[in-house]
Amino acid sequence: MSKRVAVVVFPGSNCDADALAAAQAAGSDAYYVWHRDTDLRQADVVILPGGFSYGDYLRSGAIARFSPVMRAVEAHALGGGPVLGICNGFQILCEAGLLPGGLMRNAHLKFLSRPVRVRVEATDTPFTCLSTLGEELVLPIAHGDGRYVAAARTAAELEADARVVWRYVGDNPNGSTNDIAGICSVARNVVGIMPHPERRNEALLGGLDGARVFQSMEAGHATQHAGALRAVGGRHDGM
Amino acid sequence: MAPFRIEVRVMPRAALLDPQGQAVEHALHALGFPEVRQARVGKHLVLEVEAPTREDAAARARDMCDRLLANPVTEDYLLAVDGGGNGA
Repeated sequence: MSKRVAVVVFPGSNCDADALAAAQAAGSDAYYVWHRDTDLRQADVVILPGGFSYGDYLRSGAIARFSPVMRAVEAHALGGGPVLGICNGFQILCEAGLLPGGLMRNAHLKFLSRPVRVRVEATDTPFTCLSTLGEELVLPIAHGDGRYVAAARTAAELEADARVVWRYVGDNPNGSTNDIAGICSVARNVVGIMPHPERRNEALLGGLDGARVFQSMEAGHATQHAGALRAVGGRHDGM
Repeated sequence: MAPFRIEVRVMPRAALLDPQGQAVEHALHALGFPEVRQARVGKHLVLEVEAPTREDAAARARDMCDRLLANPVTEDYLLAVDGGGNGA
């Protein structure tokens, strides 16, 4: 049975249609959830797409994290449900405290929109389970605030627990700590990535490297419905 | 209740690279201000609030900073509260 994938749309999201199309291309039953909704409609997976939610006012992701839908996303994540934050979605996950650290202005200030090379360094996440360790992917970036930073102790924990999921290879475009391009939570179900896998999902668009992320999502173990997990945890109605 | 004016200064953590500050520093050097040793760029927010006392206004403002106005991972903040008849 196809995974039910909720793609959250914030005011200012602009990669929502690409994320939806990429999930559908992988065979998922993907649908949009508006940021004011409080029901993820039995989602197995939640995707927070890229864009400029709330105009990136104050800080990227700072206002979106208080959208009504985020309480449901937090409950889904705490119940073990997979969550993928792409670019602005990664920023929102950090602001929400679902991932550690934060994303700051690129070291060279410029907004960067170009392909970069990343290496898959963790394959035990719902979004990399079909990848092989050390596999290199070419994925596009499109961000101004992509420099991942974390306290020294947090960065050391990420490394020690193999929670760096993707790392820039050769060229670190934004000056991120330890060349980090994407990380996962302690429970490994919440994943954030700065590059855009949904934009590398067609041979016509330069390759299929990004499709691995969505194929992994669809292929991942569906042992328990995320909705059931939430009910078991007693958090079905939010936090 | 009395009106208070709260000014919040939010700065990137001193230990973190501040590329905006560096760009301003370089521009000032290029303009003939070599005496600039360092420039850092932050944000200044001004809030007009109503509160029973100055202490209440400050406590509420700290809560606003901790929850929204500053990111504790990347930024530090400083508050100044004016009004309520106890100072200018």
